Amino acid sequence: MKVIDELLEQAPYLRLDERLVTTILTSTLREEVEKAGFDRVILGLSGGIDSALSLYLAVKALGKDRVIAVRMPYRMSSPSSLADAELAIEDTGVESMTIDITPQIDAYFESMPGASPLRRGNKMARERMSILYDLSADYRALVIGTSNRTELLLGYGTQYGDTASAINPLGDLWKTQVRQLAAYLNVPEQIITKPPSADLWEDQTDEKELGFRYIDVDRFLYFWIDRRYTREQLQKLSFQDSFMDQVMGRVIRNQFKRTMPMIIKVNPRTVGIDFRYLRDWKG
Amino acid sequence: MRIGIAQMRPQLGRLEQNIENHLKLINKAKEKQVDLLVFPELSVTGYHLFDITFDVARRLTSAEIQMLIQQADGIDVVFGFVEHSSDHYFYNSAVYASHRRLTHLHRKVYLSTYGTFHETRYFGTGKSVRSFSTRFGQLGLLISEDAWHFSLPYLLAMDGAELTIVLSNSIVNGVTKEGILTHQKWKTLLTSHAMGYGNFSLFANRVGSEDNFSFYGGSFIVDPFGEIVTEAPVFQEELMILDLDMDQVRQARFQTPLLRDEKINLTIRELQRIRQKQTDGGENR
Repeated sequence: MKVIDELLEQAPYLRLDERLVTTILTSTLREEVEKAGFDRVILGLSGGIDSALSLYLAVKALGKDRVIAVRMPYRMSSPSSLADAELAIEDTGVESMTIDITPQIDAYFESMPGASPLRRGNKMARERMSILYDLSADYRALVIGTSNRTELLLGYGTQYGDTASAINPLGDLWKTQVRQLAAYLNVPEQIITKPPSADLWEDQTDEKELGFRYIDVDRFLYFWIDRRYTREQLQKLSFQDSFMDQVMGRVIRNQFKRTMPMIIKVNPRTVGIDFRYLRDWKG
Repeated sequence: MRIGIAQMRPQLGRLEQNIENHLKLINKAKEKQVDLLVFPELSVTGYHLFDITFDVARRLTSAEIQMLIQQADGIDVVFGFVEHSSDHYFYNSAVYASHRRLTHLHRKVYLSTYGTFHETRYFGTGKSVRSFSTRFGQLGLLISEDAWHFSLPYLLAMDGAELTIVLSNSIVNGVTKEGILTHQKWKTLLTSHAMGYGNFSLFANRVGSEDNFSFYGGSFIVDPFGEIVTEAPVFQEELMILDLDMDQVRQARFQTPLLRDEKINLTIRELQRIRQKQTDGGENR
């Protein structure tokens, strides 16, 4: 896809071996879902590129009959998002359902009309999480994550909301790599090319809200995180100090969203510290 | 000699299941007239054991390990397990069994503890590396990280190894447009060993996942000229079989007699000098 190629020309080091990464993600996704004792997976489908890619990977890993897509619009969600989600559902042929979250969200905020957009957005994200986990028990389907590496690092997500899942196949992919892989897996073009948005209010886009472009922040994070460049080395790559301060600040400030709840140590075998087992532990 | 690599999928901490799988693969290899079957690192237990290490460690004399050694009947077998030593330390160990007896035990010397690896937290370090005689010639065992320290394959070659067997549990830890980074590096590494020492090098890796880690397989064998002669697919279980002509070692070493010309006394002398320098400099390794 031309748009993707143009992006990757600016940062060729972000280009993945698409076929290989697809094999890694789908084979481990399938194996881990089965080891967890589940036949099926469930995920929220917003109409955006991230959840679409998770859907396509899940279908490739498990087959369309083992994947359930859930659309959970709020009354202010853009109708085009709902239509894009429908497009992905039709294209993959998975089972789907639509649950309008407007009644419970509006009921909750009725007595708090002054609630900020941030609170409303977080509440919606957690409502959707809550629905997915409820349906997970009903359908015996594991919840699949849809957060990419860029947004996890930036903390551009709601803790215990959209960042919650049992397995996340996207969490180690930069947003630019999500785009590359989505194109490779034939996610509908309009989902790939539209501006990414959390779709919490009209005309919201990630890049407007964050104040920078994904390709720029991916380039920066690659050199800072993966290559461990110092500030001096990053400056030589023409990254502006104000941009670096902003991004580094976000990444560090949001570390709490990437960790399990802190458990204050009292005993010699504390969960997460010296009680150490993988989830694969079967005794 | 017909060699087999069991590119298998161990289940984490499931000793019974894994041993059963070993038996199946050994029988399958026997049917195919394999002379030597190699399993990957920690094939009996799985890799990311963490606290499970305590539960799955077994003595060499335990019923489970002895039962596996007994399978080396008409076939030689190499496998990996967590060894519980007589002084109650745990080792990441590999067994070479032949004629229903233990021929050689190797304890991993260089435990990986950086990045995503935590081995020294759980395992003691092996203290020696030796080649040993088999009906196919002189062999050596290394476990994964061991092979990345150039001294160990060097010592094995100097000790006469004509075939160096590397048991591994290598995971995806970087993907570029050229493929799996670590897999490429393993190939570079072992082809270099083979070229430098004129011996066969064998890489036995596992497949399957443990939580978020993906083992990629891609086991391979390098001939004494440094050519990869066979390579298993990635991400697939496979019993890879190849007939090795051990006489190629003779041919390679005549063509390029690097090992013959190796100046062992110079190496020892210089290493002693370097050790002295480090001691004098306050660095004592």
